[in-house]
Amino acid sequence: MTTASAERFALRLHKVSKAFGGVQALNKVDFEVRAGEVHCLAGENGCGKSTLIKVVTGVHRPESADLIELFGQRIDRITPVQARELGVSVIWQDLALFPHMSVAENIAFDDLVGLRPKSVRYGEMTTRAGKVLERLGVRMELGAPLHSLPIAQRQVVAIARALMNDAKLIFMDEPTASLTQSETDRLLDIVRKLSAQGVAIVFVSHRLAEVLEIAERVTVVRDGNLVGVYPTEGMTQARLGELMTGHHIENDVSARDLPDAPVAFQARGLSRHGEFHDVDLTIKAGEVVGLTGLIGAGRTELAHVMMGMRRADSGDMQLNGAPYRPKSVRAAIEQGMAYVSEDRLSLGLLQKQSIADNTVISVLRKLTSVTGLISESRKADLVRHWIKELGVKIGAPEDPISTLSGGNQQKVVLAKWLATDPKLLILDSPTVGVDVGARAGIFRIVRQLADEGLAILLISDEVTEVMHNSDRILHMADGRIQQEYDPRTISVPQLEERIYA
Amino acid sequence: MRDLMKSYTIEVRLAVVLALICVGLSIAAPQFATLPNATSLLNNSAVNLIWAVGLLVVLIAGGIDISFAVASSVVQYVAAKMLMAVGGGNWVLGFLFCGSLGILLGLLNAWLIHGFRIISIVVTIATFNAFFGLLMFFSGGRNIYNLPDWWTARIFIFEHENAQGVWSELTLSVAVMIGCVVATWALIRRTNIGRQLYAFGDNPEGARRAGVNIAVMQGVAFGWMGLMAGIAGLCQVNIVKEVVPNALYGRELDVLAAVVLGGARLGGGKGTILGCVLGVMFVAITQNGLNLLGVSPFAFQMIIGAAILIAISTSNIDLSQVLRKKEVRS
Ligand SMILES: Nc1ncnc2c1ncn2[C@@H]1O[C@H](COP(=O)(O)OP(=O)(O)OP(=O)(O)O)[C@@H](O)[C@H]1O
Ligand SMILES: [Mg+2]
Repeated sequence: MTTASAERFALRLHKVSKAFGGVQALNKVDFEVRAGEVHCLAGENGCGKSTLIKVVTGVHRPESADLIELFGQRIDRITPVQARELGVSVIWQDLALFPHMSVAENIAFDDLVGLRPKSVRYGEMTTRAGKVLERLGVRMELGAPLHSLPIAQRQVVAIARALMNDAKLIFMDEPTASLTQSETDRLLDIVRKLSAQGVAIVFVSHRLAEVLEIAERVTVVRDGNLVGVYPTEGMTQARLGELMTGHHIENDVSARDLPDAPVAFQARGLSRHGEFHDVDLTIKAGEVVGLTGLIGAGRTELAHVMMGMRRADSGDMQLNGAPYRPKSVRAAIEQGMAYVSEDRLSLGLLQKQSIADNTVISVLRKLTSVTGLISESRKADLVRHWIKELGVKIGAPEDPISTLSGGNQQKVVLAKWLATDPKLLILDSPTVGVDVGARAGIFRIVRQLADEGLAILLISDEVTEVMHNSDRILHMADGRIQQEYDPRTISVPQLEERIYA
Repeated sequence: MRDLMKSYTIEVRLAVVLALICVGLSIAAPQFATLPNATSLLNNSAVNLIWAVGLLVVLIAGGIDISFAVASSVVQYVAAKMLMAVGGGNWVLGFLFCGSLGILLGLLNAWLIHGFRIISIVVTIATFNAFFGLLMFFSGGRNIYNLPDWWTARIFIFEHENAQGVWSELTLSVAVMIGCVVATWALIRRTNIGRQLYAFGDNPEGARRAGVNIAVMQGVAFGWMGLMAGIAGLCQVNIVKEVVPNALYGRELDVLAAVVLGGARLGGGKGTILGCVLGVMFVAITQNGLNLLGVSPFAFQMIIGAAILIAISTSNIDLSQVLRKKEVRS
């Protein structure tokens, strides 16, 4: 251990604890990051990763800490501004951007923070923001308000913001959650470059393949307790998943044939100008159809048409043998459709409402008793059922959604839709930001629902995910369904090659 | 052009509607498009606009204020008493006194909101009642006519007599109003403090994590509102030449309506000076036009209500998106 003291550390934490009410988010955690190192922080949803970042950056004050040291400097009390001035920047899991501000101002916003009055130079701001985006290899309308961008581009804005001020330590809390493969690759390239320049990176991701590819060491946390620090060399995804969850996780192809099952959903020649063309799609009752391809292939757009959010230009759809032409989302839901959208953090949840209310919001009508009022006991039963099924880590059902960790919020969205008891469930990237253990849990439920006769369309960028959980795989590119694959006769690398070719 | 449409949808729409109304009124009511009418319109809008820009700042920061009009009355009353007690004072002293008292009242709101984590609408309804109650108690509801001469003197920044011998004049209040509008524009658009106000209103948690000082932001927003309320109180006395304790009671909702009409978002993060000015002018011109046309004043209330509903419900439809669709199709 004598060599350790000679090493330069970007960050050292000893015995840091933080509790929220009854929840011990961090319990005497040690954490060390060397200068120039790419270090992964791994653990299940709600284990305290984001909390650790917030403690280091002065957003939360820890209950107790033996040592917090940044770049060799001992720190007693830190504010977000001090942290930034020392050279720490963060890509927040929930992005923490400003929807009504322009892209440029979002990227350059940190320069405006402070009480010393300064005049704002919009021209300079735009140039600087443009330069950072250039480094990321992205083109974007810098004057557009942030809320007009799709989620993937907002993520890029958050990344650009963190790279703006030449930080020496960058926390990336699930930066790739909503990125395309090529954007992810570019980010990982930048991470490598930064690391070579001596910038330390703390990387949080539930995509373990990515973690093992980019990081040199990984610190595993479980339920607020440190499990250990491991080199990634020689580490496998399975082993890492086991360390995170504490038990072994099975992952295998689960495809089946359903020769006799009735057709639940059928689309013929579905087209929408500039989005997708001539799509034929059949999903049988009890079948899980995987739809994969690069982002921008038209998958989400197709889902939107199926859900009645937009109208197709031509082609027709059938649901359970009857013509299906939803005029609105509401009509689609009433006919048995459910849609877990990819942008669930901003669209799916009412942040200030309780966990329980969010879970039952789409089924309120089913909960009304003869008096026309909502039956509290039935509501409580339903909420308890789904929280248990999905393994949502919560304090109490009455707590507001905003107190949940990112991954657990997503489980609540899933619960909300599953509670509607649908006939066809569209899952659009359902496990973005969900940990390995919970992923397995979610797909166990998906499988179970399919066995009960639910038809499922699983949209995902992650090839392994569609491989392991679908009965058939459709590859979509440039708005067309290119080819159908049987997960039992193709391997993950083969499929990846076809998609990314 | 499309960029302009995208960032200023509401403002552009409001400007178009306002222009149409003006054209319509010029045809329907011959007195409308005359210099005397235009100047009196401006004179009468000055106080409202001063309040409006103050309220805009509060709305941008994600708050709301109900108490500002009554705060202006409090400032007027206390200023009248104090200034007479020190021998009358002058304009400089008047501005300093009214401004600082206004700021104090605003900071009181900010302190209650931030210190006790109570939402702004609740706090300002409470202070609205408290201010008004105290004012009526101490004044006994009596008007004050005994005011320093400088305060009630008519000062014109523009005068013109037309062929018929009718005078058009702009009062000092209009100059003050222009100063307030420009200062507020500079604050929210050109300074980092203003941008932090937007950020705080837009995403309070995001702003906090970026290190924006939340307490100071509340103080700036409500302090600025208070400053504007103080100045508005000062100007209003100059216009009516007396202090009537309950004269301003009830004006706050008209101003709030105008600012919301101008595109400021209840909930924060959005709103422009241009929209705010257009909103106030929209309300003033509609009222003025209906007066000239001899329509019942209740119709005016209805029209403003309807206009707000239309403005808010259509502001979700993004005009620029509709345009872009057209381009793609063609
Ligand atoms: N502001 C808060 N109030 C109450 N509880 C909180 C708050 N923030 C976090 N928690 C709780 O602390 C625990 C750790 O949360 P944290 O966000 O750090 O998890 P995480 O490891 O980042 O998970 P994920 O992978 O899902 O993002 C969770 O149980 C969460 O519910
Ligand atoms: Mg997290």
